Formats: sequence, C-alpha cells, structure tokens
Amino acid sequence: MTGAGGAPTLAEICVVACAEAWRGDGAIVASPMGVIPTLGARLAQLTFEPDLLLTDGEATLLRPAASGGAGERVAEGWLPFREVFTMLAAGKRHVMMGAAQIDQFGNQNISCIGDWARPKAQLLGVRGAPGNTVNHPVSYWVARHSRRVFVDQVDMASGVGYDRAKWLSGRTAGFHELRRVVTNLAVLDFGGPDHSMRLRSVHPGVSVSAVAEATGFLLASPYQVPRTRLPTAAELTLIRTHLDPEARRDEELA
Amino acid sequence: MTIAEVIGELRSGMTIGIGGWGSRRKPMALVRALAASDVTDLEIVSYGGPDVGLLIAAGKVRRVVTGFVSLDSIPLEPHFRHARQRASIELTELDEGMLHWGLLAAAHRLPFLPMRAGLGSDVMRVNPELRTIRSPYADGEEFVAVPARRLDAALIHMNRADARGNGQYLGPDPYFDNLFCLAAARAYMSCERLVPTAELLTSGPPQSLLINRAMVAGVAETPNGAHFTSCVPDYGRDEEFQALYARSAASPEDWSKFAAEFLSGSEADYQAAVAGFAASHADAAEAVEEVRP
Repeated sequence: MTGAGGAPTLAEICVVACAEAWRGDGAIVASPMGVIPTLGARLAQLTFEPDLLLTDGEATLLRPAASGGAGERVAEGWLPFREVFTMLAAGKRHVMMGAAQIDQFGNQNISCIGDWARPKAQLLGVRGAPGNTVNHPVSYWVARHSRRVFVDQVDMASGVGYDRAKWLSGRTAGFHELRRVVTNLAVLDFGGPDHSMRLRSVHPGVSVSAVAEATGFLLASPYQVPRTRLPTAAELTLIRTHLDPEARRDEELA
Repeated sequence: MTIAEVIGELRSGMTIGIGGWGSRRKPMALVRALAASDVTDLEIVSYGGPDVGLLIAAGKVRRVVTGFVSLDSIPLEPHFRHARQRASIELTELDEGMLHWGLLAAAHRLPFLPMRAGLGSDVMRVNPELRTIRSPYADGEEFVAVPARRLDAALIHMNRADARGNGQYLGPDPYFDNLFCLAAARAYMSCERLVPTAELLTSGPPQSLLINRAMVAGVAETPNGAHFTSCVPDYGRDEEFQALYARSAASPEDWSKFAAEFLSGSEADYQAAVAGFAASHADAAEAVEEVRP
C-alpha cells in the first residue's frame, strides 16, 4: 500500500483527471469502464459531485455510507441493464468508455481492427457506443496514448464523432456531446476548430510535443497549455486509503 | 422436459435466441447439448458469452446477431474472435440497445421500433439492410427503424421454476430473458431447481417471477446448468474453469483435449468432470497454502 503523503503518481493524477470529467453533472448515472475511470467516478461522488449515481458494476446503485470509512457504501437503488438502456435514452447518464482507436473528431472504435468483413483483430464489438454517443455525454479513457490509438481514421465507428454528428437531425443533434479524453499523457477535449480534438492540459513531466508525437493527427492546442491539476492531499488520502488500498490503479498503466 | 427433449424440438437453420448476458446466467446445459447435437446452420441472437463461443467451436453457427461477445472477466471470447478473423461466421453487429429494441418489437408483434442508437455510426454501414424512418409528427426527426428480431426458439436459464413453466430469477438482473421468450415461437427454460408452485415465493418476492407459463413451452431442471457462467445467488462464475476454457481455445490441440475431457459425454458426465477439475484445483490451492510460511 502506498502511504499517504508521497508525491502523486501518474495513476493518481489520471484518477483525478477522470473525476473532473463528471464535474457539474449532478444526479445522473456515471458509467465508468476500467479501473482508473471507476476510481475517478467514485472520487467525484465522494467529493465535488455527491449527487452522481454509481453502480457496483452489476445492477445495484451504491452511494457513500453515512458512517464508517470513506470507502463504505450502501445500496440506494436498482439499475439492471434494461433500466440502464432507459436511463441512457432519457439522457440521464455520462459514460467514460475505452477506445482501441479514436480520431480527430472523436469517432471511437472498440469493435475490430482492420476490414470489418474479416478483421485482423476482433475486439469487443460496438457494445453500447452507438447509442451512448447520440443520447448523452460521453468521455474516453486511453491508458496508452499512441499513434496506434489516436489515428487518422477509425476502422469501425462504434462511438459517433463530431463530423458524423453534423448530420444528426432534430433533438438528437443536441444530445451528442463528447466531453473529455483522458490519457496517460494529457487531458483533451473537442474545443478545436469544427469540434476537433484539442489539448486541454498535459500531465506533469509531459511536453506538448510528446503528446503531438504520440497523436496520429494534427491536434489543436492553445498557445499556453496548462498542466493537469494535481490531486489535493484529501483526494490522495481518499484514493490511497479508502478507494484503492491495493493500488490496482497502477496495473492499468503498467 | 429432459435436456434431450428440448434439443429434440430444435431444427437446423433455425434462429435461436439465448438469454443471460455475457458470461452470466446462460442456459449452458442446453447449449452444451445443442453443441453435441446434429442441429446446425443456426442464427444465434444473444448478448454473447461462452454460449456463442461453444456453439461456434462445435460448428453450429451460420450467423451471430449481437452487440458484443465477451466472457466479462476475460474481455474477448476466443472462439468468436477466431471465427471472425477467419470470416467463418456471418455477423449482424448491433448496438446493445438495438438488440433490446429488436426483441421488444418482436415481443410486441411490431415490424420495427424507432431508435436513436445507430445513427451516424458504422452499424448502419455494416448492416445495409437497416432503414431509417422520419417521425410523422411536427418534429420530423429521423430515427433508425430497428427491425423486429423474431426467433424460432429461445433458451433461458432461471434459478427456480415450477413444472408448469413459471420461472424465477434470484440474482440482481433479469437481463432480457422474458423478451427472448416472447420474441420466440417457442421458448424453453432450464432451471437450477424445480420446486412446487407454492414454494416459489419462499425464495423471492413476486416481482422475481420474471417468466410466466404463457411464455414458455417447456421446463428442464439442470442443476449447475449455467456453469461456468454466473448464476447468483446459487453460485458465482467459475473463474478458474472459465480461464481453462479460454486458454484451451488458443490452439486446436488444447481445444481437442478440453472437448474430450468435458464435452464428449452427457450433462452428468460434464458435471462429474467439472467436480473433478474443482477437486484437483482445490488440492493445488491447498498445496500452495502449505508451502507458505
């Protein structure tokens, strides 16, 4: 176990950057995929975004217990898959998914690599990405920021990016929102020209050119790129002592 | 019904829906028997897990209709993966919610239901038969017309059932098992334990009775019949066995060995082999314990 008091690790900086994606969301379902996004959502719920709804990964909604340690939780509701679909169609959800590939406008691929008819590598399938991206806010977590992931064009658009969302009609157009992309190098959003991907902050010790080098398309960037905010002492204690005493967060970046 | 009687109702070329989700509460005893049968050329509709994998490995599958195929704790299903990479099966790849909507349309005897999921994504590119529809109301918005996913047969697994076909789930999630039944011409339910009707409510509240006897054509008692997928609260996923399954799928030689050991006999033979595997695994775990200081 990492003792509280040491300097923040990269994993801890990423946990906080993921948590920040849900800031301001209020009482909606946060659906994180992966260890670091899950820790981020739980940290947000424990600190600045207490109204977030979070499941146990199955069908039970859990929230922090009124007494006991900060990691203790109590059941507050039921959310089986059929109700997840209803909540997502109602727009009351913000998911953070992974991405095997993502392009400049946020088209995301988790389905397969290569020609869909006979893929070089079959991955998960599109899962809920097509529906998520046209119904409610979506963010992405990429543990290894590289040109293999940040590509010019994705092989199978599972999640819908801004260039394709241009053609959505009626209310659907307003429901499409890609919020953040958090990686092991940086935090990005879609504030570039025509909603293209933009560098929002770089993690400590990472240069802007290192991010550009690991990205397979031209990344919009402000003149001065801020540094990703560091975890506070209170956040570090929550992560290290209560949420992840076994340091599973480090495995995801290994 | 017996497992054999259920499988005896199925024919080559059928579209068969399978309940559960990923590696959770799958009717694996029925799937194993189907894999060992002469029935072939199947279209399988499923929130896919090892049900899809086993049937592919047995050469039973022409097409899979799904949003994913995963073992949950092991993200990628190895047989599905190999089959896709060799293009030896056809695939209808849908958003997870679209599959739900297709089953709901079929259950409601509608030709389609409108939905946002799919718009703008490559799901529309790889399924050129999908159509969109414009709202006839003032909004004029365009939606995907998700076609009904009608099934010739459905297979589901419940924790408890009575002999008349009332079924009960005791875990946290009903998944979509009632919709699979209503979308199907005939549905067959396996269960952990067959109980007298009067005993059903001793295990759970009325709302746990997801399946009623109007939905199913037959019931089979298959203890440990969802193994190695989870069937909580009766048992969790057998992670050691699932890991063996996934490892064995890596090479034809290893798979032959796995199939010979576990899939060559009856369901009783399978359960005996699994008990043997569990015992040897427990011995190994104990041996590890002993060498620890």
